[in-house]
Amino acid sequence: MKNILEINNVTKFYKNSVKALENVNLNIKEGEIFALLGPNGAGKSTLINSICGIVNFNTGTIKINNMDIVKNYRTTRKITGIVPQELNLESFETVWNNVNYSRGLFGKKPDNNYIEKLLKQLSLWDKKDNKIKELSGGMKRRVLIAKALSHQPKLLFLDEPTASVDVELRKDMWDVVKKLNEDGVTIILTTHYIEEAEELSDRVAVINDGKIILVDEKDKLIKKLGEKTIKIELFDPIEKINGNLSKYNFTLDQTNKIISHTYNLNSNTTDITELLNDVKKDGYEIKDINTEQSSLEEIFIKLIKENNNELVRN
Amino acid sequence: MNWYGIKAIYIHEMERFRRTLFQSLASPIITTSLYFVVFGSAIGSRITEIDGINYGSYIVPGMIMLTILTQSISNASFAFYFPRFTNTIYEILAAPLSSFEIVLGFVGAAASKSLIIGCVIILTANFFVDVRIDHPLLMMFFLILTSITFALFGFIIGMYAEGFEGLQIIPILIITPLVFLGGSFYSINMLPEFWQKISLLNPVLYLISGFRYSFYEVSDVSLFTSTLTILTILIGCIIFITYTFSKGYRIKD
Repeated sequence: MKNILEINNVTKFYKNSVKALENVNLNIKEGEIFALLGPNGAGKSTLINSICGIVNFNTGTIKINNMDIVKNYRTTRKITGIVPQELNLESFETVWNNVNYSRGLFGKKPDNNYIEKLLKQLSLWDKKDNKIKELSGGMKRRVLIAKALSHQPKLLFLDEPTASVDVELRKDMWDVVKKLNEDGVTIILTTHYIEEAEELSDRVAVINDGKIILVDEKDKLIKKLGEKTIKIELFDPIEKINGNLSKYNFTLDQTNKIISHTYNLNSNTTDITELLNDVKKDGYEIKDINTEQSSLEEIFIKLIKENNNELVRN
Repeated sequence: MNWYGIKAIYIHEMERFRRTLFQSLASPIITTSLYFVVFGSAIGSRITEIDGINYGSYIVPGMIMLTILTQSISNASFAFYFPRFTNTIYEILAAPLSSFEIVLGFVGAAASKSLIIGCVIILTANFFVDVRIDHPLLMMFFLILTSITFALFGFIIGMYAEGFEGLQIIPILIITPLVFLGGSFYSINMLPEFWQKISLLNPVLYLISGFRYSFYEVSDVSLFTSTLTILTILIGCIIFITYTFSKGYRIKD
């Protein structure tokens, strides 16, 4: 699959000499949902704003569809849409006028049929004549999406699309994003809700302190960096850990009946078979076994911690 | 050229004018009427004529200029500052629009609003005094050029302002005094020689003088100098805006 976006060695300093982005390299494939994860102030929004032309970056190149975004800004911006983090809208304008205004800005001639279809798809049609100030936060968020889609972009940036929205609306937003992607829109979303990235994305990048720490497929990332825990439930409690079981570094629950043993999926060998044998050898009957895999959130926290420790060391 | 983009900004701004039509028109009409009452009737009873023109009629071009200048500046500065304030500017910056196209949309709308208001003031003035326009094309030339030039000036204020108070400082502290001291309500020939020379340093004098010539063929300075002055301010504003956009100052971090 070809790259729709190529970012090479992009660096960005703000006026107060704060380095917001440092040698960022990233390729986004056409048709994917890509999640950019990072704590507050990591550089997620700066990166998106640099790609969309909202802020100027200092060095490096950014290409959309193999075209430089500075030299060919007209062509590249026509196929790019952005949903900002804040609810930045013209409060006294109607939904209809707001969305049509955005379409015009991006150089597209009016198309009432398309805008009607778009508003219906986002459940905004019955609000089309309402002023923005009359809408709820969730509705405003939908208007921002409608504005970003008004010129039929191929590449859509969602900057914290579900920030400050309730759980139900978040699920609705996820459905909208999935539907857009099915319709062929490449989506890049920034979020610090890990479950959002886990639910939506094909690939994930982690950014911290302006640097991309890691880029990988979501599933591979979970598999590669994830730890798994085997939980062995026994019929009788372990009174004292001795014998064969003393060589393992496991934990017991309060009832002393559940053994929790963590192992890494990356390892070529695990000691699970040996552990199960030793449990039996020490005379315990196994009632049940299950495994738990670490979530993207746990991996993310681990990565950021490691990166911050490295920064402190340097 | 992104004509749809320019049109979108233009219509968006004119829509704001339509929404606030009453405030937009009522204020200049009331102000003009008050000027006629105060200057035309009170002072006009003592100064009957200037350069052979009835005083009430004489001050009409100056009053139009006063309104055009202040309205062009305030419309354009507010129009550009407001999206900066509300952060809706992101959309304009992300759109496939050149800085020229952005300026054209905002300044075009601000100048159009001023022109509409200018025409309304000419109509209002007709209720109070006889208004004669000897050179209508020249009058339109000055009216349009001044509206565009000072809308560009207002755009610069909109780019640099750090708050709503900032939008008012230059119009109140600089433009209004310059208009009042630029012969809006008198001929500089009525001033002592020293103040006549000082008045010649005021660029607004040249605008009012040229504009008044288009009405009654009377002026304090030559038509050529007036035209040259307005064109110089226009070019100065264009250069300044181009420079600011190229640096991204105040617009892009």
